[in-house]
Amino acid sequence: MNSVLKIILQRLALGLLTLFIVSIVIFTAVNMLPGDFAQAILGQSATPEAVEAIRKDLGLDKGPVTRYFEWLGGALRGDLGNSFAQANFASFVGDDSGVRTSVAQQIAPRFANTMFLAGVTAAIAVPFAVTLGILAALYRNSVFDRVANISTLTSISSPEFFMAYVLILFLAVLNPILPSLSNIYDGMSFGERLEKTLLPALTLTLVVTAHMMRMTRAAIINLLASPYIEMARLKGIKPMRVIVRHALPNALAPIINVIALNLAYLITGVVVVEVVFVYPGIGQLFVDSVKIRDIPVVQACCLIFAAAYILLNLLADILSILSNPRLRHPK
Amino acid sequence: MTRISRRGLLKTGAAAGVLAASGLPLHAQAKRGGRLRAGLSGANTSDSWDGRTHSDLFMIAAAQGTVFDSLTEVAADGSLKGELAENWEASTDAKTWTFNLRSGVTFHNGKAFGADDVIASLQMHVAEGAKSAAKPIVEAITEMKKTGDLQVQFTLAAGNADFPYLMSDYHLLIYPAGQIEEAIAKGIGTGLYAVDSFEPGVRMVAKRVDSHYKGDNAGYFDEVEYIAINDNTARMNALLTGQVDAINRVDLKTIQLLQANPMVRIQEVTGNQHYTFPMLTDVEPFNDVNVRRALKYAINRQEMVDKVLLGHGRVGNDSPIGPASQFFHEDMEQLAYDPDKAKFYLKEAGLSELNIDLSASNAAFEGAVDAAQLYQASAKSAGININVVQEPADGYWSNVWLKKPFCACYWSGRATEDWMFSTAYEAGVPWNDTQWDRDDSGRFQDLLLEARAELDSNKRRDMYQEMQTILKDDGGVILPMFANYVQGVSNKVSSPETVGNLWQMDNGRMAERWWMA
Repeated sequence: MNSVLKIILQRLALGLLTLFIVSIVIFTAVNMLPGDFAQAILGQSATPEAVEAIRKDLGLDKGPVTRYFEWLGGALRGDLGNSFAQANFASFVGDDSGVRTSVAQQIAPRFANTMFLAGVTAAIAVPFAVTLGILAALYRNSVFDRVANISTLTSISSPEFFMAYVLILFLAVLNPILPSLSNIYDGMSFGERLEKTLLPALTLTLVVTAHMMRMTRAAIINLLASPYIEMARLKGIKPMRVIVRHALPNALAPIINVIALNLAYLITGVVVVEVVFVYPGIGQLFVDSVKIRDIPVVQACCLIFAAAYILLNLLADILSILSNPRLRHPK
Repeated sequence: MTRISRRGLLKTGAAAGVLAASGLPLHAQAKRGGRLRAGLSGANTSDSWDGRTHSDLFMIAAAQGTVFDSLTEVAADGSLKGELAENWEASTDAKTWTFNLRSGVTFHNGKAFGADDVIASLQMHVAEGAKSAAKPIVEAITEMKKTGDLQVQFTLAAGNADFPYLMSDYHLLIYPAGQIEEAIAKGIGTGLYAVDSFEPGVRMVAKRVDSHYKGDNAGYFDEVEYIAINDNTARMNALLTGQVDAINRVDLKTIQLLQANPMVRIQEVTGNQHYTFPMLTDVEPFNDVNVRRALKYAINRQEMVDKVLLGHGRVGNDSPIGPASQFFHEDMEQLAYDPDKAKFYLKEAGLSELNIDLSASNAAFEGAVDAAQLYQASAKSAGININVVQEPADGYWSNVWLKKPFCACYWSGRATEDWMFSTAYEAGVPWNDTQWDRDDSGRFQDLLLEARAELDSNKRRDMYQEMQTILKDDGGVILPMFANYVQGVSNKVSSPETVGNLWQMDNGRMAERWWMA
């Protein structure tokens, strides 16, 4: 088990380094976009004096390097700062009355919503995709296999917003079964929340299924040629049992890897879907913040996205080690 | 009912209170009850109940339209009536204004409303270091005096006949004095509805106040819910699937889909929102009035309304004063597309042809690049070669507008003539996007100052109409079109015949004026 622990620690350290690099890249990228927060928020009313005043208020008049290290210093202490928009609005009041919400406070409820959506999607998509993959492996090259392959590939090849609108058309407009608006809020019952989240979750399911299903199918079929499977078959075990009991456990590692990658995608890639369904998650906040060049919020969102990727990848590796006795007990 | 002019009301200030108390317009068929759900754009996660920060529809509808009140209110027909003010009168030089406030008004937390609240609320806008779009309005007040529990006297630096009108501005909300911070945090106003829940950038729910000074002829819903939907398509879907009862800003390209749905109706009003092509009149060749005239005749305005606005607008006449304004010069001769006249003026300017750049981006207005290309095509036959420069949308307002000599721009319009002119046409103001200076526009600038302090509405009409004619003939702005406010409403909700055209969604006052069918 020690080796597993060592890997975890190594990977976590590498993860921190990645986060650091990500933060530099994001900071540089946002700074390279034309216009800054002051210009974006003032829009048509961006007179030079007004722009100067806001820049001074927010410390945007300092050099980018100074600003980055100030932010980094705060972030290392766990303080992600205040969003420019909040700070700017607070300055309307004349004095800092302490009513500002920090970036962390702003992101927390949105992140919880995104996690809820990702959770609902995963609960639908993972069993669905794995079952479909097993069935496709079982009935490989049959009509079922082909239909499953073609339809999942079609849905993954279409842009997300297109799948979203197709689902809205069939499930909300023509047959009003589900609401097209997923504006969940505090105080909603779990049932209501689930109902509102279902359409975006189904959209995301369509987007992520193909990858997981095809990996499941490929990994299982790969194993079906192994001698031990042939042995099982010769013993007279039913094909379904051969696959589920004998092939699947050995195919878990690559499947888990793909599932983890897709879960990370569910957290980071929901931006478009959230906008289409007006789902108050982190993706919408992120888009709004990029639009107004609100660097503290953009940075925090990116760090969360990057951390989700790193942690889920780490989890995938650990699980695939644990699922493989040879790796679990290295000689 | 007959249209009562704003000025007529102003002169007999007392009448305003009477009219407001009788609740106009009367809706015999309007009934109480139900829940209005509106999907509105223009929401931000940084929204708050601080009126100084409001700039877009969501908070205007939620604050001034629902939870808060101002001193005066613009009725749907454009007339001015008292809201928290019962009536008002001016000194003959329009410098001193006395407002009598309504009695028996309480805030949602039970505090009684009085003169102190008015003074404290207005002072917020000029507080040390505060930034407010309404700062210029309040800064013009040199003294605010409480002359009684329910009377306030304002002294202005210079006469302004529009002062009561300016008090209806959506930034100038009245908060309870001494509790302003709490009122901003929780949304405590005197409006028809009290805040039930508010999640900035997501949703606002408010419930009808039990007994309200506006009585039973306003605020018909038991509850209103405003849902922030900034995405055009999502807003339309929400209306079509019955998740909301009304949406603002219908995408013109998809309007037919809404029209085909029998459960939904399109509500369309022409207000003062307009799209322009300003030229810097201090830069060659636009400093020559004949070049400007040539350009005015080289544009096909009707074609732009038909193709850019898909017919949902009105042809402009190079003056920013639109149908929502009191002194709109409707009979002014319409500038027509006339390549021969354009050539004539070009010759007057001593030119045989003209090569200019026109900077455009869809950040200026939806379809600005198309409009610029239409202009390019129509100007060609007049010997004017327009080179359309596509500018990036990011930073358009800082890098292109006010900087490039000829570009695309939009204005949402202002409630009064003076306000519009002094924002973008007065010599020397920062947003004078044509750099129109005194040398070029002496008569216009004189009239602007004169009309501001004039209380006689007939004289003002003449002056403002002359100013519109000057703009049409000599001004530096090409104003091809006024864009309609187009909104979608479910048939479950009824609205009065006259809908406000000052701002979207019945001036943001759906909660006050509409009812369940």
